[in-house]
Amino acid sequence: MSTETLNVVGKSKLRRDGLGHVTGKTIYVNDINFPDMLTLKMVRSPVPHANLKGIDFSEAEKVTGFVRALTYEDVPKNIYTILTLIGVGPDEEMVLAEDKVRYIGEPIAAIVAETEESAMEAVSRVRLDLEELPAVFDVEDALKPDAPILKDWGTNYFVYEGHHCRRVRFGDVEKGFQQAQFIIEDCYQTTPIEHAPSETTGCIAKPEADGRITVYTNTQALFFTLDNTAIILQVPFQKLHLVGGTVGGGFGGKVDVIVEPIATLAAMKTNRPVKYVFSRQEEMQASSSRGAWRMYFKDGVMKDGRIIARQITTYADSGAYNRHTPYAVTKHAANIAGPYRIPNVWIDAHCVYTNRQPGSAMRGFGVTPASFALEMQMDKIADQVGLDPWAIRFINAYQNGDMKPHRKIVEDATLIEVMQAAAEMVGHDLPEEYKSMSSWARKED
Amino acid sequence: MQAKIINLTLNGKNIDVMVSPMTTLQVLLRENLGYTATKIGCRQGSCGSCTVLINGEPMMSCLLPVEDVAGQDVVTLEGLMVDGELHAIQETFFETFAIQCGYCTPGMIMVSKALLDKNPYPSREEVINALAGNYCRCTGYEPIIQAVIESAKRMNSVGN
Amino acid sequence: MAKFKGTGIAAVNYPTGMNLGGDPSQALIHSTTTGTFVISLSSTDLGQGLKTVIAQIAAEVLGVSFENVMIDTADTDTGPHCMGTFASRATHRVGNAVIQAAEEARKIMLEIASDELEVSPEDLETDGEGNIRVKGSPDRSINIVDLALAAHFKYGKTIAGRGMYMKPKSDVDPETGKMDPDSTEAHACTVAEVEVDTETGEVVVLSLKSAYEIGRQVNPALVEGQIRGGSVMGMAHALYETTHPYYPAVDHMPGGFSEYPLPGPMELPEIESVVLEYPSVNGPYGVKGLGEMTANSPIPAIANAIKDAIGVRITEIPITPEKILKALEEKDIPEA
Repeated sequence: MSTETLNVVGKSKLRRDGLGHVTGKTIYVNDINFPDMLTLKMVRSPVPHANLKGIDFSEAEKVTGFVRALTYEDVPKNIYTILTLIGVGPDEEMVLAEDKVRYIGEPIAAIVAETEESAMEAVSRVRLDLEELPAVFDVEDALKPDAPILKDWGTNYFVYEGHHCRRVRFGDVEKGFQQAQFIIEDCYQTTPIEHAPSETTGCIAKPEADGRITVYTNTQALFFTLDNTAIILQVPFQKLHLVGGTVGGGFGGKVDVIVEPIATLAAMKTNRPVKYVFSRQEEMQASSSRGAWRMYFKDGVMKDGRIIARQITTYADSGAYNRHTPYAVTKHAANIAGPYRIPNVWIDAHCVYTNRQPGSAMRGFGVTPASFALEMQMDKIADQVGLDPWAIRFINAYQNGDMKPHRKIVEDATLIEVMQAAAEMVGHDLPEEYKSMSSWARKED
Repeated sequence: MQAKIINLTLNGKNIDVMVSPMTTLQVLLRENLGYTATKIGCRQGSCGSCTVLINGEPMMSCLLPVEDVAGQDVVTLEGLMVDGELHAIQETFFETFAIQCGYCTPGMIMVSKALLDKNPYPSREEVINALAGNYCRCTGYEPIIQAVIESAKRMNSVGN
Repeated sequence: MAKFKGTGIAAVNYPTGMNLGGDPSQALIHSTTTGTFVISLSSTDLGQGLKTVIAQIAAEVLGVSFENVMIDTADTDTGPHCMGTFASRATHRVGNAVIQAAEEARKIMLEIASDELEVSPEDLETDGEGNIRVKGSPDRSINIVDLALAAHFKYGKTIAGRGMYMKPKSDVDPETGKMDPDSTEAHACTVAEVEVDTETGEVVVLSLKSAYEIGRQVNPALVEGQIRGGSVMGMAHALYETTHPYYPAVDHMPGGFSEYPLPGPMELPEIESVVLEYPSVNGPYGVKGLGEMTANSPIPAIANAIKDAIGVRITEIPITPEKILKALEEKDIPEA
């Protein structure tokens, strides 16, 4: 493949959508307007954990322009199924809160109104009867026996086929620790961040004359969104027609199917187009974040720098609900030992619930915190063993043919090559031993 | 409260518009007039996606009541093309890949035009200063800075 | 006032594809009467440039010019299924699906050309500009416009193709964690140089120099876009942004950009990169995913550089001035 002449692949062709972007002619969801369109705004929980005893719409209904409110009773199947569609259960998040709220910002009721101002005014006049409950915010506190429990099944963690975490067991770390000349431990913490795309999450649901509904959306995954929406609304899949594909920044923040179901329901109930676009504040505080991760490392290292045992215990802060976090924890477990050849690896990766805005996919999902932690740990090892940071990585770098802790054989490895190239870029003269390494020529064991 | 009629110049055309009090220029442009190039990013005056030119000055249309631009000269991205041809800034952004998702692009182009119309030979520092109020999450800013410097070159070489 | 410089490195891998597979994408291609090829997809472009890259791949396989390929996305009525754009999967999966569809269309195209030019299809080649010609006799050729007209009105054939790519879904062994999570691995190594002001705690990232290995660059300018954008996002994650300034407490969550610190054009480091290409076993033209990896390696590189600069390891991100000053308080400030 490297010897063929390519005409187009490999060339910096100008962007297909470039002219639309520089003339302002590219259409994003919020640029679309229809006659008689309604605006949907959401009533959200002001507290992190509470029993929802009642909602009073009487003052809201008096606002000029108020059309209707939607509560969980209007939602045909009031449960998020996003994980079921990718084979991970159980479903535990509601579209609209029923009897409990578990994070500040949780959607409780939708207000549909003639204008944005009247929708916002009506939302501000909705009275909630909330009985606050103790909340838990720290992942390790959430696993203690006295923690307030978030889930109906009685725990604050996701169950992985009978286990309380995702496990990787490779070799025998205890034996490795006995043989090791250094034991190096530390804890690493990432805090939640926001995708902060320039364009906020949003959609417009428009009833068509033939009874179908067209949903204009900036989702990153059209069919995923269509299927979930149809299941929630209990309508035949062919009733929905999703149009999109032009997204003003995604970064993983537009895969949660968070606006389409309720907007489509509102369109069905009012038989008018309904626009539901997040304000910047909602985007920051209520849309999914990148969940925080806490990672404990314990490494057994030989004095020549070889890591022979790596034990990792991590806690993903999923926030109040799953979204995609349980899936990410598996991806995280597949990558947290790092692109290194380590004969004994033990990983317990937990998915824990706390009373905060749920975490979900974001650029690097599960691997970003892993790379941060393990690459800081590599430097700590280098310090303690008395080697330089390049050496510790070359000594342990994986190669094609190695077995990873999840038992996949390494292929397409090029870690050694990127390190060699980076060293050359910065003028760091590597010892000949590392310069002559290759991902294909296996090191002696 | 009663709607009122405001007169202003928009992209070179003198127009009368009818708006309820305190309607922002952003809403007027996008919803009343259908000019959607000016984007909504935050409506808090912190991202610059809604930047338009008022008498040549870059301003955030999300913070401007229409009453405040009565009698003023308003220019949006839609007004930038010259005789159906791309403005040099538009052409440069396109050709130098200073765009990704495109959402910040209208604001970036407007703020760049304001700079280059006043300061045809800006230093890198001056370009950075001019762009500092406009948020971009995709590009890492450097391609945009380069595009503005290149735009200046192109604009200055016209007619030479 | 004392400022200290430091250097830090990080070397990472990044997997391509939705974890454990089961994330298919499909593509349909058809030619119009005048030889314009339309690729129907339901994939989304987030700004990374998928619409451009897919047109390049299709044009390459078909042997027509880039300008002759139209991308029609995204509409669930007309575009076949795509799992979505995430997990650095799009170019890899959609690219492979488009190659399969384009190969089917190309085969039909060459069959029609072989009838028109009266040679066997093996004796034909495309010139990348819309001409199908006889190998060794370039003057014996037919243009794609004429060929498409002939297909439609003389032969009654459709120049069309279907493509699909899926890495089958696999399960995880709950006891051992045995799994097949990804299609291929890209790699990156970043060297960060920082300067830390021990009086204010502020960190200036002076440079981020990185080597990336991504299988194949379909569009080098778009790759550079991911490198620059990802580097700044990584820097933001390492030093500036958080929705929970007092994590795990939920106090002071930001309500907008003025409360959510992010680096701007004034905070840019010098960013330099080199891109290596070792084609993957299963990517289209050897492509590996890139979009997420670029934000990852800068983060620990910066954290390690801070340790090198001031002798303290801060193991929580973002590494704010507050955290640096607190860490320095708990340790002697090193001699300049």
